[in-house]
Amino acid sequence: MSIKVRYFASLKESIGRSEDNLAFSGLVTVGDVWHRANPDKALPDNSLAAVNMDYVELNSAVKDGDEVAFFPPVTGG
Amino acid sequence: MDIKICAEPFDPWQEIQSHQHSANNMAGKFGATSIFIGTMRDFNEGDDVKGMTLEHYPGMTEKQLEKIVAEAVRQWPVIDALVVHRVGDILPNDPIVLVAVWTSHRGDAFDASRYIMEALKSRAPLWKKELLKSQAERWLEKNTDGYS
Repeated sequence: MSIKVRYFASLKESIGRSEDNLAFSGLVTVGDVWHRANPDKALPDNSLAAVNMDYVELNSAVKDGDEVAFFPPVTGG
Repeated sequence: MDIKICAEPFDPWQEIQSHQHSANNMAGKFGATSIFIGTMRDFNEGDDVKGMTLEHYPGMTEKQLEKIVAEAVRQWPVIDALVVHRVGDILPNDPIVLVAVWTSHRGDAFDASRYIMEALKSRAPLWKKELLKSQAERWLEKNTDGYS
């Protein structure tokens, strides 16, 4: 299955990319997506994750075609 | 209910007026309008700030704001609501955010607008990067608690 991964704000700057497109097989969680995309970097503790623009936990499953996003705490308003 | 993300400067008072005029069905129905406007300061954490970039997640920002407004509508008898948020490069004194809520009575207007604003601060995917007078840039790491 194919997963699009997006990064925003300071997290995007620290890894130097705004997105990845990855192929997976089998049962995959949001946390697995991060580890595959960034094998040498731990996800910062305070990071937030979303699947298809809804907030999720790192143990949430992903499915083919999902858009997964990782970003730091939000600071709008 | 209206949610707008603006890449250009906006005038919150004009937004309120045009929204109220275009929403004809609420004329005579509302007795209270609660308005919150967030404006960019030229200082933060002891430093002079000369500009700011507001990044957002197109699509998710709107989706989360719609959910937040829908939650407010479920909790209070809201007649109408307007949320406008700026993105892109902004300068001190530029409006950043507008939340306006129309209800029959003031208590609901205050409570619903406060709810929307606090939820926006913790859930709408928007990020501020400050440009200091010293030319240094820094990302804001978290929002302050509006209730403390």
